[in-house]
Amino acid sequence: MKAPIIPPTANDTRRTEKFPENQPVSAAQNNQQEVVVDVRHLAKSFGKNKVLTDLTYQLYRGENLIVLGKSGTGKSVSIKCMVGMLQQDSGSLKVFGEEVKDLDEDGLRELRIRIGFLFQSGALYDSMTVFDNLAFPLTRVLKLKDDAEIEKRVKEALEGVGLADAVNKMPSDLSGGQRKRIGLARTLILKPEIMLYDEPTTGLDPITSREISELIREMQKKYNISSIIITHDMECARITGDRIIVMKAGSITAEGQYDELANAPDEFVRSFFQPA
Amino acid sequence: MTGPPFWEKPLLAIAEQVRFLGAFFRNLFRPGFEWGEFVRQCYLIGYKSLGLCGITGFILGFVLTLQSEPTMKEFGAQSFVPSMVAISVIREIGPVIIALICAGKVASSIGAELGSMKVTEQIDAMEVSGASPMQYLVVTRILACTIMLPILTLIADALALLGGWVASNISNKVALVVYFNKSFSSLDFSDLIPAVIKTIFFGFAIGFVGSYKGYNSDRGTESVGVAANSAVVSASLWVIVLDAIAVQLTSVFAYS
Repeated sequence: MKAPIIPPTANDTRRTEKFPENQPVSAAQNNQQEVVVDVRHLAKSFGKNKVLTDLTYQLYRGENLIVLGKSGTGKSVSIKCMVGMLQQDSGSLKVFGEEVKDLDEDGLRELRIRIGFLFQSGALYDSMTVFDNLAFPLTRVLKLKDDAEIEKRVKEALEGVGLADAVNKMPSDLSGGQRKRIGLARTLILKPEIMLYDEPTTGLDPITSREISELIREMQKKYNISSIIITHDMECARITGDRIIVMKAGSITAEGQYDELANAPDEFVRSFFQPA
Repeated sequence: MTGPPFWEKPLLAIAEQVRFLGAFFRNLFRPGFEWGEFVRQCYLIGYKSLGLCGITGFILGFVLTLQSEPTMKEFGAQSFVPSMVAISVIREIGPVIIALICAGKVASSIGAELGSMKVTEQIDAMEVSGASPMQYLVVTRILACTIMLPILTLIADALALLGGWVASNISNKVALVVYFNKSFSSLDFSDLIPAVIKTIFFGFAIGFVGSYKGYNSDRGTESVGVAANSAVVSASLWVIVLDAIAVQLTSVFAYS
């Protein structure tokens, strides 16, 4: 049974209840907020395993949306559909108003430039130095040729994540937290409008986790980035999240703000907020 | 309840490989060729394999001469040994042995490298950033293999002739120039050109199979080993199959 969707608080300007089915969302409907990602009735199966059954949610410009849920409920699958790494079986997934599955190769490449994706491991290219890792998207995606400009941007990005001195290091010389920071810097160097974080603090110690969470918050404020953050780390959810959705069996079971969901009547929802 | 027909899986695998081949050619002619990575791969695949291929080539000629000389001597045909070694090395043994060595060394390393990049989400990261992993990783590796294998084979062939000369000198004193003149006098362009052409195909097959297996490996560390292993097996098999086809075509067109 689905938990009731918790209504927004009086001073909450963000929409926190589900959208009425099959109705387009206008900016006016949402207190002038622009929808950047619009997921409706998304379904995806792998063989006989139905991962997403009926997923519907929206992401607004400038907000941090936390996605909670047990492993295997399709959290990562939904964000992979957003960048065209996977394609849904049915339903609609619009990013910046464009249906992702209808985009051709060039359209998808252009969309991907506007979306940043931080992988759980950081996914640094291990045959390249930190500098080359950061320069890679600049030279291959933005096609920058000016070495001074590339150097300046790499330096800025590294300073942004507090690792300016790691510029000549190899990924194997970095700690887990440093790798995630560099991965974040490499993603942010393209100045994306949307960031997708796949468990950004998993496997890190509490201090580093907090630092990464604060960095995510800082980046949101600095660049007005809209983010979807998949996490099991409730401290990360508390620090970074503006709104939280809870997934169960491939669809959303609850939606609201941190404090609201922590006191939700549904035990499944509440269980995420209780210490392990 | 009946499952999918037995031919479905192999057909899907073939379709996947054809799709991958199409993606290779699309990315080959896309602007922004990765010259730096291509040169790096030529260095890794070509230069780094030179020692192994060179030693193999030398020993190949050496052993072939040592083993054939006593038999040829019995028939009083010892003077034909350089020609026999040259023809067999350049037409057949050199290209096939060097290709099999490269299938073991290069295809496995490409399979393992791309497989581990897949497992650690590096390929996905490249793709979602808007860059083309096919262009950066696959095109450069396949092209480097295609170009480096004929060069490695020619060097190994030359060293095999040198090995033959060294082996000949154990029993009789033969001048290097005389030995090489004798070897080359029996060779024709119809021996060399088909051999070089087939090594181009061998190189392409090795690069393609290694890249395909690595790029499409499953998640999990075990799949890296599986990708490397199946890359060697498939690449070796392809070398043998292509050689059979090349020999057939050569005998029809070059020696007829």
